Amino acid sequence: MHLLEGEGVTKHFGGLAAVSDVDFYVDQGEILGLIGPNGAGKTTLFNLISASLKPKPGKIAFKGVDLTPLPAYKICRLGIARTFQTVKIFPNVPVARNVMVGALFGTGRRMSSRQALKKAEEALEFVDLLPLKNVPAGDLTLADQKRLEVARALASDPELLLLDELMAGLTQTEVAEAIGDVRQVRDRGITVIMIEHLMQAIMAVSDRIVVLDYGRKIAEGTPREVSADPKVIEVYLGEECDVAS
Amino acid sequence: MAILSQIIIPGFLLGGIFALVSVGLSLQYGTARVLNIAHGEFIMIGAFITFWLLGSVNLNPLVSLVVSTPVVFVLGWLLHSTLFRRLMDTSPTLDVFEGKSMLASFGLLYVVQNIARMIWGSEPHNIQFMNNSVTSAQIPLNRLVALGVVIVIGVIFYFFLARTRLGKAIRASAQDPTTAGLMGVNIHRVLAICFGLGLAMAGIAGTLISTLLSIDTAMGLQDTVIAMIVVVLGGLGSITGAMIGGVVLGLVSALVTYYQPSWTNIAYYVIFVVLLLSRPKGIMGKA
Amino acid sequence: MKTAITKNKAGGDAAVLTGKNLASLALVLVIFVVVGLVPTMTQGYPVTLLSYILRYVILAVAWVLFSGPTGYMSLASAAFYGLGFYMAAVFSGRMPFPVIVLVAGVVGFIVALGVGGLTLRLKGVYFAIFTFALVLLVQNVVLEAERLITHTRGRFVETTSLSTAYYAMFIVAVLTIGVCVLIRRSRYGLALQSIGEYEEAAAHSGINVVRTKMLTFATSAVFMGMAGAIVATQRAYIDPYIAFDLNQSFLPVVMAMFGGMGLLVGPVIGAAVFTEIQEQLQTRFPNLFLLIVGMVLIVAITFMPNGILGVAQRAWRWLRGGRRAPA
Repeated sequence: MHLLEGEGVTKHFGGLAAVSDVDFYVDQGEILGLIGPNGAGKTTLFNLISASLKPKPGKIAFKGVDLTPLPAYKICRLGIARTFQTVKIFPNVPVARNVMVGALFGTGRRMSSRQALKKAEEALEFVDLLPLKNVPAGDLTLADQKRLEVARALASDPELLLLDELMAGLTQTEVAEAIGDVRQVRDRGITVIMIEHLMQAIMAVSDRIVVLDYGRKIAEGTPREVSADPKVIEVYLGEECDVAS
Repeated sequence: MAILSQIIIPGFLLGGIFALVSVGLSLQYGTARVLNIAHGEFIMIGAFITFWLLGSVNLNPLVSLVVSTPVVFVLGWLLHSTLFRRLMDTSPTLDVFEGKSMLASFGLLYVVQNIARMIWGSEPHNIQFMNNSVTSAQIPLNRLVALGVVIVIGVIFYFFLARTRLGKAIRASAQDPTTAGLMGVNIHRVLAICFGLGLAMAGIAGTLISTLLSIDTAMGLQDTVIAMIVVVLGGLGSITGAMIGGVVLGLVSALVTYYQPSWTNIAYYVIFVVLLLSRPKGIMGKA
Repeated sequence: MKTAITKNKAGGDAAVLTGKNLASLALVLVIFVVVGLVPTMTQGYPVTLLSYILRYVILAVAWVLFSGPTGYMSLASAAFYGLGFYMAAVFSGRMPFPVIVLVAGVVGFIVALGVGGLTLRLKGVYFAIFTFALVLLVQNVVLEAERLITHTRGRFVETTSLSTAYYAMFIVAVLTIGVCVLIRRSRYGLALQSIGEYEEAAAHSGINVVRTKMLTFATSAVFMGMAGAIVATQRAYIDPYIAFDLNQSFLPVVMAMFGGMGLLVGPVIGAAVFTEIQEQLQTRFPNLFLLIVGMVLIVAITFMPNGILGVAQRAWRWLRGGRRAPA
């Protein structure tokens, strides 16, 4: 059984289909890349998985459990955590307590404050933010805020982590570090789905890639297969020019 | 023909005035993003300016429009250029600004109402103006005049928005202030003018109301709630919606008043509550 | 509406028992004991004044309990407070006084749960307008109900002695402050703050946002209702205009914002200051009082986002040489 499986997932906004009849799956331990031009529906798909939105029609199941009737907080407690395209940390709360939110509320288990703090510090250590643990989160740089979001997500003990444009706005060095972080997350046994625009990064780190365009899945496969797929090339680069003319 | 003279026509008259007040509030919220809880207080101010002018220099209430309208407009323009502009500059997001400005307008309500109370006291006053009926349907002349004024203003305003340069600037600013600013619209000037215009409409409504009903310094709150209902009904930020909503609410009000006058207030609030819960976007909402 | 309500940047508190903390704790206890024993020391006016102050302390702190961290501007305080009035009137003479107060609290809780369930899904501005309209709606409904059903206007309330009311008010005030402190320091407080900073992220991090908001909203209504019931027993006669007076939604907000919402002592200071001013002006210049309150609100929003305490804090830092960067 796939860890996460979506069937016929569709979502309309007014007359426009943001996501249209998409089938997808992720297996335990994979890193799945989700790419596509702007507006292709990638973040909408994340929103459908994490219950910001409800698919209509369509079905999404996690370990066999139907996610569609569940509210967002339950989905987090079931084991799916996410980060956001526009970083959504709690700016006036110290870094450590930001992460503690994930530990206290998101694991699905009762946890004492002390345990939660320990868990938070572990997560902060993992993303290299431990020295900043008492700083108000709003004072951090963008790159550090993104790491903080990852730490908060990790503190909720997810089995599946959804990363939405983790690398956007990062420098070359920061991107390399982020790639390393993603690999380490997977090494801990957490499955990852990543939305990215940075081609080199996502091709380098994904096991498999799904390509969306105008809400539809147009290709799926290993990075090599997908980058050779003419439909994908057309979507990203325009039509192949006819050398003869 | 009771239906016509007791419900339909008063409904439209009332609706016209509701629409006027609500378009004013909609202008303030749609462009300047200020949900002005003190809006009704300026209706009261308009009414009392008229009352005072009538009492002191025996000025015809209709003529007093020439005085009350600019006065309230300037007040609104000043308020925006000082208070709300400053709140805008110090608010990191639009949400924060909307909250702050709403609270500030709450304070403004208390300030304006109590200044008025200190000047004019709390008892109700009456203006006798064109109280005689004119047609066999027994509609007093003052009501027809009021409706006439509302229609004239509505038409003027429509052409102003649609045809003049400033009107287009206002419409642009209502849609997207940032881009409008980038396109060369002096956004702060436009917002201040919109706010002043919106408030002026309240003032005009106040003058008209003073010719129809008794007035007192506490009348503002009731009118504000009605305006908010209409604006939510019509869609927060939509001017057309405010007009339609005003007429609808006027008709509903006339209907309820005909059967059970003491339920009119409750009807307003029930509609409000139901609307907020079921369709906060209203009829033509875009917010 | 994550708005004019400013968050305390320091967020977390380490409960370190330093000498300084012990000293301030002792000071607070002394103050509590003294205030609690006032009726044994004097009679008449000072007791009345203090009971007024305590009433506004309860309302302001109860308001901050919910609206502070979440940023949801509730203007419904007068509705729950007024409900307390009517609970006291309805049960007056039929139950002992303490039970009446408790009942008022429970009823406030239940009603707030109902109201919250309907309205807490509304976005910021709408929520504020709705709570504002709620007060007026309840006022009108009760007015009509009295006219149609009981054919009365207003009700009589059996009064209790000033000192009984005082002790009751004091106990409720201590409870309100205590609950507020407990919530702030607990994981609940963190959850509320997260909701206030970024509700969507809070939900996705596992916080049951709906339930947290509703329970907190209802809790604040408990104390408002209790305060209302106690005050009613000092009035002998109440009616919908007296009970559901919009000023009681407005004043707690101003007191809290003026005092500053970062620390709990802020609303307390605000309550004390404004009650005193009200007492001075109420009889001869009632309009002036409300006028001043309105101006203070405008000034507070514009220039003092952290209230008087914030101003004091900044002045203190400036005096100490400004080693830390301003907030």
